[in-house]
Amino acid sequence: MLLQLSTTHYPATDLGFLLAKNPARAQEFNLSFGTARIFYPESSDENCTCALMLDVDPVALVRGKNSGEGLLSQYVNDRPYAATSFLSVAIAQVLRSAMSGVCKEKPELAQTAIPLLAQVEGVPATPQFLERLFGPLGYEVEATAVGKRHSRLVLRATTKLSDLLSHLYVLIPVLDDNKHYYIGEDEVEKLLRRGTGWLEQHPERELIVARYLKKQKRLIRVALERLAPIEEGDETSDAAKDEEEQRAERPLSLHEIRLNTVARVLKEAGARRVLDLGCGEGRLMRELLKEGQFELVRGIDASHRALEAASDKLRLERMSERQKERVELLFGVLTYRDERYSGFDAAALVEVIEHLDMARLPALERVVWEFARPGMVVVTTPNREYNSVWESLPADSMRHRDHRFEWTRAEFEAWATGVADKFNYSVETSPLGPEHETLGAPSQMAVFRRNAI
Amino acid sequence: MKISLPEPCLVVLVGASGAGKSSFARRHFLATEVVSSDFCRGLVSDDENSLEATTDAFAVLHYIIEKRLNNLRLTVVDATNVQAASRQALIQLARKHHLFPVAIVLNVPEAVCQERNALRPDRDFGPHVVRNHTRDLRGSLRYLEREGFRRVFVLNGVEEVDKASVERVPLFNDRRDLTGPFDIIGDVHGCGDELEALLGKLGYERDESGTYRHAERTALFVGDLVDRGPRVGDVLDIVESMVSEGAAFCVRGNHDDKLLRYLEGKKPKVNHGLATSIADLDARDEPFRERMRAFLDGLISHYVLDGGRLVVAHAGCKAEFQGRSSGTVRSFCMYGETTGETDEFGLPVRYPWAQDYRGKAAVVYGHTPVPRAQWLNNTIDIDTGCVFGGKMTALRWPERELVEVVALETYAEPARPLGFVDSDSIMAADEVLDFADVSGKRILENQWMNRITIGAEQGAAALEVLSRFGTDPRWLIHLPPTMSPTATAPADLGLLEHPATIWSYFRENGIGTVVCEEKHMGSRAVAVICRDEKAALRRFGIEGESGAIWTRTGRRFFDDRSLEGEVLERLRAAMTRLNWWEEFDTDWFCFDAELMPWSAKAQELIARQYAPVADAGASALTVAHAALVAAAKAGVDVGAWVEEAAVREDAMGRYRSAFERYCWPVNSVEDLKFAPFHLLASEGTVHIDKSHVWHMETLAKLALHEPICVATPFKVVDLADESAVADAEKWWTELTASGGEGMVVKPLEWVNHHDGRLVQPALKCRGPEYLRIIYGPEYLLPQNLERLRKRGLGAKRSLALREWALGAEALTRFVAGEGLRRVHECVWGVLALESEPVDPRL
Repeated sequence: MLLQLSTTHYPATDLGFLLAKNPARAQEFNLSFGTARIFYPESSDENCTCALMLDVDPVALVRGKNSGEGLLSQYVNDRPYAATSFLSVAIAQVLRSAMSGVCKEKPELAQTAIPLLAQVEGVPATPQFLERLFGPLGYEVEATAVGKRHSRLVLRATTKLSDLLSHLYVLIPVLDDNKHYYIGEDEVEKLLRRGTGWLEQHPERELIVARYLKKQKRLIRVALERLAPIEEGDETSDAAKDEEEQRAERPLSLHEIRLNTVARVLKEAGARRVLDLGCGEGRLMRELLKEGQFELVRGIDASHRALEAASDKLRLERMSERQKERVELLFGVLTYRDERYSGFDAAALVEVIEHLDMARLPALERVVWEFARPGMVVVTTPNREYNSVWESLPADSMRHRDHRFEWTRAEFEAWATGVADKFNYSVETSPLGPEHETLGAPSQMAVFRRNAI
Repeated sequence: MKISLPEPCLVVLVGASGAGKSSFARRHFLATEVVSSDFCRGLVSDDENSLEATTDAFAVLHYIIEKRLNNLRLTVVDATNVQAASRQALIQLARKHHLFPVAIVLNVPEAVCQERNALRPDRDFGPHVVRNHTRDLRGSLRYLEREGFRRVFVLNGVEEVDKASVERVPLFNDRRDLTGPFDIIGDVHGCGDELEALLGKLGYERDESGTYRHAERTALFVGDLVDRGPRVGDVLDIVESMVSEGAAFCVRGNHDDKLLRYLEGKKPKVNHGLATSIADLDARDEPFRERMRAFLDGLISHYVLDGGRLVVAHAGCKAEFQGRSSGTVRSFCMYGETTGETDEFGLPVRYPWAQDYRGKAAVVYGHTPVPRAQWLNNTIDIDTGCVFGGKMTALRWPERELVEVVALETYAEPARPLGFVDSDSIMAADEVLDFADVSGKRILENQWMNRITIGAEQGAAALEVLSRFGTDPRWLIHLPPTMSPTATAPADLGLLEHPATIWSYFRENGIGTVVCEEKHMGSRAVAVICRDEKAALRRFGIEGESGAIWTRTGRRFFDDRSLEGEVLERLRAAMTRLNWWEEFDTDWFCFDAELMPWSAKAQELIARQYAPVADAGASALTVAHAALVAAAKAGVDVGAWVEEAAVREDAMGRYRSAFERYCWPVNSVEDLKFAPFHLLASEGTVHIDKSHVWHMETLAKLALHEPICVATPFKVVDLADESAVADAEKWWTELTASGGEGMVVKPLEWVNHHDGRLVQPALKCRGPEYLRIIYGPEYLLPQNLERLRKRGLGAKRSLALREWALGAEALTRFVAGEGLRRVHECVWGVLALESEPVDPRL
């Protein structure tokens, strides 16, 4: 990890005073995660360069990590070499007075804008992103890609050294999401302190705050509110009203149409116990729970992460006992027979089947229609024909990376009829979403009803 | 009086308070066998005499009784039980668990009871209580049998109570004491010629009295000896004499039962072939008919044999019916269970109990003719429809071998085609896996190690991966185990791994000869290659594919199915040229291999993880090196920093070349390299019984016929021969110096035990350059190496053995024809173990 700071301010060796580091001496500082070395490759009156070289101990970095952080964290990684939050910490510890604008020998120089150049090796970001972050702060940004994920960053500006260091201090950790230390409330303080005077106006403010605070939503809110305090009075309520209006006018998203339709079908069918197979984050469940008619909504998903998200979004923890009795989130797999799927009036498979390998569909069919045998099954899936309506979608590609197949209307119809015949159900298919005159609707739905024996 | 109790049963003591029930129970039963209502009162209320606690106390009492009966334990109820209602509840419990309720009545004079209670200060409930008890009891006596007790013993007076003795007799069906070996014979239906041929084939001969017998073995008939076939009387004669002479056992089939009713003079409906039996028996003399009637009358519905490992019943037996006796059990064993529906041939649809069977005992049965006998969930139907022109099948136990005789002719036409529904639909149902079998904490049994425990969390993680990303479970007959590295090299070698510690490990574990195989740096791949789509459908039940290649976590290796198809096709063609299909008598093979280049599968990892390290590192270290040189030139004293920077820059360069040599672009199948090192299995055989030299030499032949196949260089090393060991070390040094990953060392034979424990099936020894990819570019710097040497291998080694055992078990079960569920369970187990936290650098 290497940061070089240069100036052509005359005499350039004053940089030594500003940094409080003697250009004639090489010095070493022990930090908790490695060592920082300061030396001057060049120091003349015309040009002076100070190098901060940081050696992160790669073995110590890996030791004591628990597996919760992902096993790959134990493999080789770029932490010892790339410019990351370690560098920020080193700046704060080794160049503390300079970053604060304090200089005993030349106090007025510390408050003066001088021509400065900073060069950082191994910055984990693209040149474009670096331009977005540093450009608005008045730097001439020269960033060149090194490999696919890193860049060499050169910043030039006539500015105060303390500003340059503060910018680097805040923005280097923003460059990648992996901060090496625990993020807590005091991080908000640090950010606000170092960001004073420039972060408020930065166009990428939200991104910087979010990344600096490693996407911890509550902390982000705290920080943003303090950066741009919401003033009391009418202004706020007007803004809120606008937002409400926009929300009302905004056309429903396709997914909302889908959920509303499925919920309506289930309601009209008089279902009381509903199984949401592949419930994801629980959006359909949330719709259903609004209706008192549904006595039990059991959501099943094969992703523990999705179930956790669903539990959060449904606010399961905060529900009353009575409410909790109506909702269940269970880990389950749709290609394995499961007695917990039995005894339901209806099951929903909303945008689920296309995430399965086609070869596994027969297993799912048997699990749902042969063994669980709910009174009704509602299936939705994309209509592939409609894809060409969307210009952003490359020809012949699917809508989602994890879709294993997408069907045309005819293919869906054929599949649905086959399943109905095989398992003694009747079925009706219908379009879902605004219809194109020849290509149909973006999504399609099949409603299966169990035949009386 | 001698009280004879069938074991297990539910013993209900009946007697007034003070009649001496508790003392009686103490004298004749284990303390744990006796459940007392007073004790239960105490449990729920701290007062053994509390009347308020009655409801709760009896709930506990009944709960304990249920658990004990469920576990087939004889249980004695110590309560007054003088009222019919309280007895009825107990009778129902016994019936629910298909065990006999037995009543032992202590009919002691009221005065004695009153006297005894007077001596006990805690029984101050007044004389009317005992009076009522006695009255109720006397009134009940004559109705006890009618209430449902299978046996009633009444002990009149104190003397009889004191003198009574209790003996226990196992239930008729409990023959766990018989260990065989057995030959279990399927439905005979009067096919005398085939029966005699089968008995001959099994090694039974007629003795001087004309009875068939075997010197070491016992025959077991699954019933339905009679009806439809040409020699009903002869068959009965043969089997009756075998059974009465102790050469055979026989359970009663539904046809036998119906014929018995005819012989008893009742008038059963004459259909389903009963007419042939009647015609045959009517032509015999009365003593013969009487002998057969007595024989059939003596048959019971099922046997539990061989220490509880084997159950034989005509139509099968659920786990919860085994070793029990009731009308329901008998009916199930003779007829099976029907769903109430009828099929298109007008026959009742049978409930496929075997599909849900999870019992420990193997169940051998007949009743439903199937085209071939096959195991399903530890059950097997051996009625192969001899009388319908199929075969007569015998199962040898414990060998589990099938012995068959083909029918000489078709004696009857079945109402529905042979094997029309049952076997196919049962097998098909088995293709749907059940969540309950792969969730929660589970213990997996296998033939290599003690039981292996799978934690609930690990299991759920594995299931998530399998269900979302896994290859079709029907293909997944194996997942490869992880492999431990060798113990860390001695400090003076300046390396992390060196062969020296491998030799010592295997020597210490009693291994004489090892095989050193070059370790390829690619991605692990398991491949099943079928001869054609027909074979894939027949053996794996998969349509439209003829093989699959998957990774060590069960994901399909290639996203591009056409590329997979090309690889499979090339391998298939090579095997055809080698004539392997005929040589191995198989239409499928399973290989364990390394597929190269590494970049084919690890592209994402290289781009995200390995290359960025080299990019960031090289740029930072090069610039730093130059800056230090400049500073030194300018006269700053930077000490040894310049040299240090040069060493680190060099290490970074070596790191990059270490991984780059394992990467090359794949534009077509030609760019791939397939290096098989285990021929895991083919039809009928798991090849782990062969030496690794056999595997190496056999698999090397593929490379002669197919350019994408690589023959793995290997060396056989006698560990007693120092020069051979030195040679192997030199080989490893050269291999790794020229960019090889390292080597894998295996004992010559696959499975080895030392001091009763499994020896590691393989250890790896990786080269110093390769390890830069794992431990970081600068791991060899002394200050780093010193710390990295402290690594623990115990967890990894234990995991390697457990995963190996489950992987081998999966193959063994698949080859033995066990169902999908049984194979899948092992594969799931391997993946679950893989999610245990272990240092991934090992």
